[in-house]
Amino acid sequence: MKKYWILIIITVGFCINGFAQTYVTKNGMIRIYSEAPLEKIEAVNRQVNTALLVPTGDFVFKVLIKSFNFEKALMQEHFNENYLESDKYPEATFLGKITNIKDINFTKEGIYPATVEGKLTIHGQTHPVKQNGTLEIKNGAVTAKSKFNILLSDYNISIPNTVVNKISKSIEVTVEVMMTKLN
Amino acid sequence: MRKTPWIALLLLQLLFPLLLPAQDDLLNLLKDQKPPVNYTEATFKTSRIVIGQSIENPAQGNMLFLVTHHFGALNTGYSNLFGLKQAAIRIGMEYGLNKRLAFGIGLNTDKNTWDGFLKYKVLRQKSGGKKFPFSLSLFANTAVYTTKWENPDRKNYLSSRMTYCIQVLIARKFGSRLSLQITPSMVHKNLVPTSADHNDIFTLGGGGRMKISNRVSINAEYHHIFKGQVVSSKVYDSFSTGVDIETGGHVFQIFLTNSMGENEEGFLANTTGRWSKGDIFLGFNISRIFTIVKPKSFRK
Repeated sequence: MKKYWILIIITVGFCINGFAQTYVTKNGMIRIYSEAPLEKIEAVNRQVNTALLVPTGDFVFKVLIKSFNFEKALMQEHFNENYLESDKYPEATFLGKITNIKDINFTKEGIYPATVEGKLTIHGQTHPVKQNGTLEIKNGAVTAKSKFNILLSDYNISIPNTVVNKISKSIEVTVEVMMTKLN
Repeated sequence: MRKTPWIALLLLQLLFPLLLPAQDDLLNLLKDQKPPVNYTEATFKTSRIVIGQSIENPAQGNMLFLVTHHFGALNTGYSNLFGLKQAAIRIGMEYGLNKRLAFGIGLNTDKNTWDGFLKYKVLRQKSGGKKFPFSLSLFANTAVYTTKWENPDRKNYLSSRMTYCIQVLIARKFGSRLSLQITPSMVHKNLVPTSADHNDIFTLGGGGRMKISNRVSINAEYHHIFKGQVVSSKVYDSFSTGVDIETGGHVFQIFLTNSMGENEEGFLANTTGRWSKGDIFLGFNISRIFTIVKPKSFRK
C-alpha cells in the first residue's frame, strides 16, 4: 500500500509541476547602436543568456560585457577599459517580469505583445526599466524581441569632455532571444 | 494515523508550484559550468612603452600609423633653442596579421635608416576559465642605414650597414592600472668600429605604466647595457619617462629620454646621452589606428 502512495504522490507531483516551464537560451542576441556626428558605435553580442519562467513571467538576462564585438577593435578596447570597466563589472543583468504573461498562450503559435518590467544593472548601477516588445511562439520555442533606448547617465557611464560630441548620450538596444524549453 | 506524513508530503507536492524558483534562482540557472576565458586586454595603450616595444600589437586587421619624434638635447642651450632646432623622426606603420602576429616597417631620418620587424604574441595573460599569469611576445627587427658611402672607392657591402635586434617581452597587468614588463634584448651589429667591440650586445631592461585616469598613464622604461661590450665609444643605460594620453583613435606619448636613437639598436646599444649631464631629449610618439579589415561579422 505504501508503494502505491509513493507512486501516486510522485505522479500527481509531476503533473502539477508540469504546468511550470522554463525557457532558456545561451546564445541570444543584443545589439547596441548609436550614431553621433563623428562616430557610429555598433556592437553585437551573440552570447546572451536568458531564462523565462512560465506561468509566473519571471524573465532574467545575463550578458557578459566582454562578449560585445565591435567593428573597430580599438573601440571595443575602450568600451571595456574606459566606459563599461568590464574588469570591475564583468556582466550586465536584468531581473524582471513579463507583466501581461496571462495574455500569452504558450500552447498556441503566434506573436503576442508583451510588457516587461524590472531592474536593469549595467556598470554596477541598477535602474528600473519598463519596455514593450513581442513574444513569438513557434515550434515550441519562444522568441522575445524588443528595441529601446537607454541613457548612459542612468548607469554612471561618463563621456570625457574631449569626445563629448563624438558619442551619443543614449544608446539604442535591440534584443532578440530565442529560448527553448529546459528539460 | 500512519498515513499522516504521506498526506503532508502530498500537500507539499501540491504547494510545490508556488515554491517555484525566484528570479535569483533563474539567474543561477544561467551560470556557466565553464566560465569563459578572459584574455587580459590593454596591458599597454600602444605598441611602445615609451621608446621601446611593449607586448602589444595592433588588433587583427588594424594598421597603426606611428610617428616618433625626438628633439635635440636640452643642454645645448638657447642658441639651439634647447634642442628644438634638431630632430630625429621615425615614420612607421604596423599591421596586425592575426591575433598574435604583427609586422612593421619604418623610416628613420637618422642616417636614413629603414627598418622592418615582426612581433609575435607567444603567451597571453588570461583569467577565468583558463588562467595564465603573464604575456610573452617575441620581437625581431632588422635595420639598414642608406646614407651615401663614406669611401665610395672602396668595396662596400650593404650587410655591413645592417643591425638586428631580438627581444623577449614579458609583461603582466596587475589589476587595471599597473602594468610591468621585463625586456631582455640582444642587438647584433654586422660591423663594429674596432675588434674589441662586441658584435652581439646584450641588455636587460624593463618598463611599466601606471594609469592615473582612464585615459592618461605615466610610463617609464629602462635598459641596462652590460659593461665591456661597446668599448670604442662611451655608451650608457637608456632611461625614458613620459605620459600617455589617449583620445579616441590616437595615443599621444610625450616623454624625456637620454637616447637619441629611435631604433632598437640606437637606444639599446648606442645611447650616448647622460641624464646627469643634461643630455635629455624631449620626444613624442603620435599613433593612430586604422581599421583595414573589418571583423567577419561586420563585413557586408
